[in-house]
Amino acid sequence: MLRKRKTKKAMKLHKHKTFKLGGVHPDDQKISSGVAIIALPLPKVVTIPIAQHIGAPAKIVVQRGDMVKVGQIIATHEGFVSSNIHTSVSGRVGVIEEVMDSSGFKHTAISIRVKGDDWDESIDRSETLVEEIKLEPKEIVTCIMNGGVVGMGGAAFPSHVKLSVPEGKHVDYLLINGVECEPYLTADHRIMLEKPKEIIVGIKILMKALGVQHAIIGIEDNKQDAIELFERLLQKESSITVEALEVQYPQGGEKQLIQALLNREVPSGGLPSDVGVIVHNVGTTYAIYQAVQKNKPLIERVVTVTGKSIKQPSNFLVRIGTSVIDLLIAVGGVPEDTGKIVSGGPMMGKAIADLDVPVAKGTSGILVIPKDEASRAEIYNCLHCGKCIEACPMGLEPYHLLLMAKKGNSKRAKEEHILDCIECGSCSFVCPSNRPILDYIRLGKTQIRKEKKV
Amino acid sequence: MNQVILYTIITLTAIGIVAAVVIYFVSKKFAVQEDDRIGRVEAILPSTNCGGCGQPGCHAFAKAVVDAGDLSVLHCPVGGNAVMKQVGEILGIKVVERDPYVAVVRCSGSFEYRKKTNVYDGAGSCKIAAALYSGDTGCAYGCLGMADCVDVCDFEAMYMDEKTGLPVVIEDKCTACNACVKECPKNILELWPKGKKDQRVYIACLNEEKGSTARKDCAVACSGCSKCFEACRYDAITMNNNLAVIDPDKCKLCMECVDTCDVHNIITANVTPEKIQAANEQRLKREDRARKKKEEEKIASQAENQKGNETSQA
Repeated sequence: MLRKRKTKKAMKLHKHKTFKLGGVHPDDQKISSGVAIIALPLPKVVTIPIAQHIGAPAKIVVQRGDMVKVGQIIATHEGFVSSNIHTSVSGRVGVIEEVMDSSGFKHTAISIRVKGDDWDESIDRSETLVEEIKLEPKEIVTCIMNGGVVGMGGAAFPSHVKLSVPEGKHVDYLLINGVECEPYLTADHRIMLEKPKEIIVGIKILMKALGVQHAIIGIEDNKQDAIELFERLLQKESSITVEALEVQYPQGGEKQLIQALLNREVPSGGLPSDVGVIVHNVGTTYAIYQAVQKNKPLIERVVTVTGKSIKQPSNFLVRIGTSVIDLLIAVGGVPEDTGKIVSGGPMMGKAIADLDVPVAKGTSGILVIPKDEASRAEIYNCLHCGKCIEACPMGLEPYHLLLMAKKGNSKRAKEEHILDCIECGSCSFVCPSNRPILDYIRLGKTQIRKEKKV
Repeated sequence: MNQVILYTIITLTAIGIVAAVVIYFVSKKFAVQEDDRIGRVEAILPSTNCGGCGQPGCHAFAKAVVDAGDLSVLHCPVGGNAVMKQVGEILGIKVVERDPYVAVVRCSGSFEYRKKTNVYDGAGSCKIAAALYSGDTGCAYGCLGMADCVDVCDFEAMYMDEKTGLPVVIEDKCTACNACVKECPKNILELWPKGKKDQRVYIACLNEEKGSTARKDCAVACSGCSKCFEACRYDAITMNNNLAVIDPDKCKLCMECVDTCDVHNIITANVTPEKIQAANEQRLKREDRARKKKEEEKIASQAENQKGNETSQA
């Protein structure tokens, strides 16, 4: 089995690039890739959390009973690493209370009772493509900040922060992440197929804002149609290229993509800008196009709702704050054999404990896993087989980090670069003893962060 | 043949003697001078190496005690006052007696009272579950029930009650070493003064949600109704974030608050039901008197007002 896979890998190596260290090959299961994006009907109530991004939660600026229009700011960013929150529907502001979000913890959220679909006048809702970029680089960043755009690949890092490159660092490449290496998810794939021209304008906006001359769109070769489409559209553009990549998880990780496309290695604890690169997701690029050219803030996103037992796996255009249950009803309800419902992909996603959890800016998919695949297998002792080391894309020793985290030895764990872990879960995926490696590594990381705070 | 054996024995003996002499002088020359009191103190200590004193082990504690020459900060909770007194005798210092402590479980959310809302399927450790999400019940403050505290206890002083899903502390075995307190990610375990005649009273809830939300998640949650707060004569109960907390330093163990709780979540230890009942009756009587006094005052003031009115009219 192993040999077979290796020869396959060797054959493919001549064709396409990929990252060098580690990686795994989960079954990709992109069952919803052929389904066009459908706009989900407006829900009755939306619940919009004020902490949907990495950084400080936004500050609420509305009160209970206020009438709001679609696109109106309801919470402003607190400090630089934060993001504006806009209402995704029009209606009356309801209770502002703590609700469970997809993180599994309760956070403050604003509920809005929907009345009609009344948009803010400044938003251009037409489908016409606006190609001319009028704004200056600094204005673009401000525009993106005002639009509340965050990374839509999952981590939800505020995009304007990424675009503000620290002084003394020179960026020469912009990478656009169309990899979507998580199995099942197809949101980025559909956006690439349906909004390619908008994405290209978005890339040009980003290039202007950063002052870079080269951009590369990285797409895995299981999305051949998207690769061909972009190649056709970009024939005349010399500064933007498309690169097909071999299918390998976790290629969508920022550091892995940089290694795959440019063969540069981000130093431990460093940022992509340290090696002259900025990476943005295709979904984010589309949101940036809308924020800059159409003055439309980030109020909706594409969410894949999928699973083996789901009747019609779909890709929905969903208003932020719609609850997960509405999405599941739209695909024909929760199947009887459901074991787990996961927000995100099967590798990095998180099981949700409550179906009223709202869709946030970073929710890329809702995955329903049947019972027989959902539960964890029995845990055995470590065999020291080294498979986790082989699979780790960051070159760490996961089994070792597990032990250190279990013993609470933060100092050693830090020395062994536990903080470099990108939490991709490849180690747990390959472990023949089903050990909860990532769980403990995550625990070790939280312990170190806690100690730092104290 | 015999010669070979003889030579071998002679050579080896010679090497042995030379080495012994060298080692003897080296050991004299480089001898580590350790205060002999360290050894004596260590001999008295319980040798559990539990770390309850804040030092890595008993030897480290003995060294720290001798180096500091002062026992105001350092204290061996396992040995308690008896051991510390002996340590004081060795060092020639008078030791102030400390109240013994015991760990208490500040959650009453058993299976019966706190229904599960989801099934946790991750690694079987409270710490990991707590880092992942708020827990498998509606209450984000309650016990997760995966026995991290029991696993860490060196004295077999804890066990999980299978009926309730909560840990239980065996009072006689608990040495107040603090290990479980440090281990619990939800801070449910707390060291509590053992109290006079081993009597204690504490509120077994940490839920800071509003009353209605808290009760929806757990039938015995503290709703922050303030009844116990009002009943306390010694200001030992404070209300913080919809939660009543007893301050053990101020508590006089009068037990008058116990029966005020409508969900019976003020937990007592080693207190007879008769005492609680008596305390409750006393409280009711006092409240009755206060009410009567208030009514009388009210009537008196009303009468005075009327009088005043009559005189003004006249």
